[in-house]
Amino acid sequence: MEIDPLIFRLSIFVLSIFVGYYVVWSVTPSLHTPLMAVTNAISSVIIVGAIVAASGFNIESGFELSNIFGLTAIVLAAINIFGGFLVTQRMLQMYKKKKRK
Amino acid sequence: MTPNIAASLYLISGVLFILALRGLSSPEISRKGNFFGILGMILAIAVTFFSVDIFSNGFIFIMCALLTGGAIGAFVAYRISMTAMPQLVAGFHSLVGLAAVLVALSVFYNPEAFELGEVNNIKIGSLIEMSIGASIGAITFTGSIIAFLKLQGLMSGSPITFKGQHLINLLIGVGIVFLIFYITKEQSNFLFLLLIIASFLIGILLIIPIGGADMPVVISMLNSYSGWAAAGIGFTLENTALIITGALVGSSGAILSYIMCKGMNRSFFSVILGGFGGTDLSSLEKNKNRKPVKSGNAEDAAFLMKNASSVIIVPGYGMAVAQAQHVLREMVDILKKNEVKVSYAIHPVAGRMPGHMNVLLAEANVPYDEVYELENINNDFSNTDVAFVIGANDVTNPVAKTDPQSPIYGMPILDVEKSKSVLFVKRSLSPGYAGIDNELFYRDNTLMLFGDAKKMTEEIVKSLN
Repeated sequence: MEIDPLIFRLSIFVLSIFVGYYVVWSVTPSLHTPLMAVTNAISSVIIVGAIVAASGFNIESGFELSNIFGLTAIVLAAINIFGGFLVTQRMLQMYKKKKRK
Repeated sequence: MTPNIAASLYLISGVLFILALRGLSSPEISRKGNFFGILGMILAIAVTFFSVDIFSNGFIFIMCALLTGGAIGAFVAYRISMTAMPQLVAGFHSLVGLAAVLVALSVFYNPEAFELGEVNNIKIGSLIEMSIGASIGAITFTGSIIAFLKLQGLMSGSPITFKGQHLINLLIGVGIVFLIFYITKEQSNFLFLLLIIASFLIGILLIIPIGGADMPVVISMLNSYSGWAAAGIGFTLENTALIITGALVGSSGAILSYIMCKGMNRSFFSVILGGFGGTDLSSLEKNKNRKPVKSGNAEDAAFLMKNASSVIIVPGYGMAVAQAQHVLREMVDILKKNEVKVSYAIHPVAGRMPGHMNVLLAEANVPYDEVYELENINNDFSNTDVAFVIGANDVTNPVAKTDPQSPIYGMPILDVEKSKSVLFVKRSLSPGYAGIDNELFYRDNTLMLFGDAKKMTEEIVKSLN
């Protein structure tokens, strides 16, 4: 009997939870706020679904409901991606070692 | 691009996201980590562009949407003040949640585009996955909006409770499970929309009873939810990058919630049930007959600190509200010139979100190696001359160690009372977030400095010069 691909995805999922567990515990507490900002940004990789949803239309019949949902989701996810990464970068810049005179 | 190559590249982008989080283990390598994260995102988006044939139709619309969102995001990221970071993160969570709902909806309306079957004939497995993803996404969306409104002060931070609240939540929760079951039987738009509306509703109901003091837990929890929602959608779309990211974010948020709960000695369950943060009037009454407090002025404080050999600063959210962090650093600079050893002590729940106070201090150019977490500095108070508490209250209250009746009993606190003298910058004797009086105010070695945190620190700086 062939193994359902769902099982493979489930394996990836479970192992990633463990990876996440150990990686996040190693994050220094002083960087917990940037951690939240960056997790926000990366969870917006959901944009890949939104792009597929927005792309599947043809010019003649115009926009369907699913395209409009897709385009809206792209806007929302893009706010998160740009906002999340940039605000993380901005915070991390503040943690640079300062040379004191 | 063949599906196999696309899937392998998605896997790489998932690994890059893991490296992005790994980078945050120390400030030195964190910027490199963030770069990996950005790289992973660009890779994922590029792979998607090449695997759907969109350059022929609709590319322009997608780019417009992408750039519009990007411009808004970039604008917000550069303009936001660090004090407002919790609200921003709550707002971001709500967007992830809504995006998950919208993607699930578009799969439901147009499964052909995703190769998941036809309308009314979607695979059962995909249906369950996207129902769960949509439901958690919807809860994240409304829950984060309530959290945003509370943090922004547009809604009262005090808990909203009513009779039968938990019963209603339970009923809606059971209803959601039944709805998912019926959606697999009969794929009607009506049921799917009903599922989303019910989830919107429970998102609101879950967060309104949680008080302002518990907001750090709530934000972390919603962070976790947004991850699980993304993972649910990842299963639907059979996308590895999304599954890995969802799992990472989900466990990250869960760990942060755990750390925040431990920082307040509250069980996760009692936070969720809510109702914490009202004022405990009985303990206030009791303290009215207490002996008077000693209060001093900026000159007294300056004198004490100038002649001390070591000072520990205990900042709290009140300091951030008063925007006193910059002038505080000025004060510390002068003290250091006078050969005083200064360090900062941070309680896990000092700000409004995990690590918030560290960012605020970093913004004021405080070097991060002078900033210590509770467990690393708590033993130092006993051989410290002056503890300077500014804008913090509950996290220093010794009652947490002595009075089992107190609502904060068992919460780990900073042992400021062990230092030779305590300077307490505060507007009045009013209780803190937890609504309880702080017996530290009435101790012999405590000197109260009544006034606005920023003005008081400015005056101390003047007296020091």
